[in-house]
Amino acid sequence: MVAKADINVESIRKDFPILQQEVNGRPLVYFDNAASSQKPLQVVQAIEDYYNNFHSNVHRGVHHLSQKATDAYEAARETVKDFINARSIKEVNFTKGTTEGINLVAHSFGRKFIQEGDEIVISTMEHHSNIVPWQMICEERGATLKVIPINEHGELLLDEFDQLLTEKTKLIALVYVSNSLGTINPVEYIIEKAHEIGAKVLLDAAQAAPHQKIDVQELDCDFLALSAHKMMGPTGMGILYGKETLLEQMLPYQGGGEMIKEVTFEKTTYNELPFKFEAGTPNIAGGIALKATIDYIHSIGWDFIEKQEADLLQYATEQISQISGIRIVGTAEKKAGVLSFLLGDHHPYDVGVILDQLGIAVRTGHHCCQPLMNRLGIEGTCRASFAFYNTTEEVDRLIEGIQRAQKMLG
Amino acid sequence: MDSRADELIEAFGLFDDPMDRYEYIIELGKNMPPMEETLKTDDRLVKGCQSKVWLDASFQEGKVHYKADSNTVITKGIIAILIQLLSDQAPKDILNNDLSVLSQIDLRSHLSSQRSNGLTAMIQKMKQYAKVFELKNED
Repeated sequence: MVAKADINVESIRKDFPILQQEVNGRPLVYFDNAASSQKPLQVVQAIEDYYNNFHSNVHRGVHHLSQKATDAYEAARETVKDFINARSIKEVNFTKGTTEGINLVAHSFGRKFIQEGDEIVISTMEHHSNIVPWQMICEERGATLKVIPINEHGELLLDEFDQLLTEKTKLIALVYVSNSLGTINPVEYIIEKAHEIGAKVLLDAAQAAPHQKIDVQELDCDFLALSAHKMMGPTGMGILYGKETLLEQMLPYQGGGEMIKEVTFEKTTYNELPFKFEAGTPNIAGGIALKATIDYIHSIGWDFIEKQEADLLQYATEQISQISGIRIVGTAEKKAGVLSFLLGDHHPYDVGVILDQLGIAVRTGHHCCQPLMNRLGIEGTCRASFAFYNTTEEVDRLIEGIQRAQKMLG
Repeated sequence: MDSRADELIEAFGLFDDPMDRYEYIIELGKNMPPMEETLKTDDRLVKGCQSKVWLDASFQEGKVHYKADSNTVITKGIIAILIQLLSDQAPKDILNNDLSVLSQIDLRSHLSSQRSNGLTAMIQKMKQYAKVFELKNED
C-alpha cells in the first residue's frame, strides 16, 4: 500500500486501467462518475481471487470452501459496519443497490407502519428511485406524498419543510447529495426536526457515499441506502442500514432460503437480522469486492478524496463560467462534485454527442429526476461528475470540448 | 444505386475526421425547413428516439412528401439525410429502398446503439407512411 503522504492522482490513476484508453481517437475523459464510477485493480482482483480460489455458497456449508467464502462475505459486513459506523452487523443489510434498499423500506416499513391518512415527505430533487416506491406504498396504504420545495439554486426551502411536518408525517425520504444538481442537503436539520414529531428518516446516500465519510450514529438517520458501484465498487451490490429496533419490527421483504429459521407448511419463522431481509443466495462476489472497495477508499483516505473533488469542482466551475452562454444548473452553497450545465439554447443531447466524439464522457438528459427538471423548467442538462482520479487537465479538455461544441452548434 | 445516394456518398467521402461529419450533419439539420408547430402532435412522434422527432407525410401526384423536425439539431441532420434519400418518390420506390447507403457512408457505426435504434424507428415510420399511401392509392 502506498503511504498516504505519497498519494497523488498520477499514482491513483495506475489503479484504474480503464482510464488509460482512447475513445474516438482521443484519450478518454471520464466525467460520468455520478452514474457509475470506475473500479480499481484491487476490486477486480478481489472478484477474480474469490471465483478462482474459494467460490462456494455461503452460510451453513460444512466444507472448507463454504466456510472460507462465508468468512470472507461476513468479513465484508464487518467492514461495512465500521465504514458507516453502524452499531452492529444486524443493522447492515446487503442489497442489490440503493433502489432495492429504498424499495425494501417502502415495502417492509410501509406495510407495517404506514396507515390510511398518513403522510410521507420527499423533496423536489429526488431521483425516481426515491419517488416511485413511495408513490406505490402511498397508493397501497391510502397515504399521501408531500414534497419539500426548492429555491432557484437547488436548495431545500426549510421553512416550507417545517410547515409540511404534521402528526401524520411518518417518514421523510430524502436524497443526501443530489445526483443532478450536486446539492448537499442539510440532513442533520431534517433528521432533528423529523424526530421531534416522531417521524423516521431514510437517506438516499447513493451520491454521498463516494465523496464523504458517512457516520450513521452521528447523523442519527433511521435508514440509509447506498450503492457500491457509485463508490468504485461492484455493480449489483448495495447497503441498507437500518436501526435494529425498526428492522426487528418490520416485515420481511422477500421469502426464500437464507431468511428463514424454520419452515413447515403451517408456519414459517424468520431468521434473525440481518438475514431476515436477505432471501436467496446473496451476491457473494459483490460483498467480497465491496470489502476490497472500502479497503481501497481507506488506503487513499477521505482527506485526499474530499480535497481532490472539491478542487476539481471549484476549478471546473470557474472555467466553465468563462464560457459565454453557459448556465450552471444547481448553484447551492454546499455542493459535491457534480457540474450540471446548459450551453445556450442547445439541447444537452447535441452537446453530449459532440463531447463523446472528443472522447469526453458526460451524461445528458433528465438524470432520472423528471419532476426536478419540470420544476426548473428545463428538459435536462449536461452533467459532468468528478471522482478523485480525475485531473484539472481533464477539466481543461471538457472546457475545450464545450467551446468546440458551441462553435459547431452555432 | 440512385443519384441521391451517390450524392450522399460523395459528400461523406470528403471527411477524414469524424468531427467534420458531425459538422456536416449539424449543417443539414440547421438548413432543414421548419415544421409547423400544429404538426408536432403525439401521433407524429417517433418512438424509440432519445430526442424528440416529429415526422409528417403528405401524398401528392403519386409521390410521398416528408416533413420532420426534432428538438436536437444532430437528430434533425440525420432525418434530413433520410428525407433527402426518400422524399418525393412513389411509395413503391420508398418501400423498396433498402437504404444500404447508410452503411456505405458509415452512419450507423457513428451512432450509439440507442441512437441507432432511433434511426431504425425513423425509417420504420417513413416506410409506414409510404405503405399507407400505397394501400390508399390502390383503393
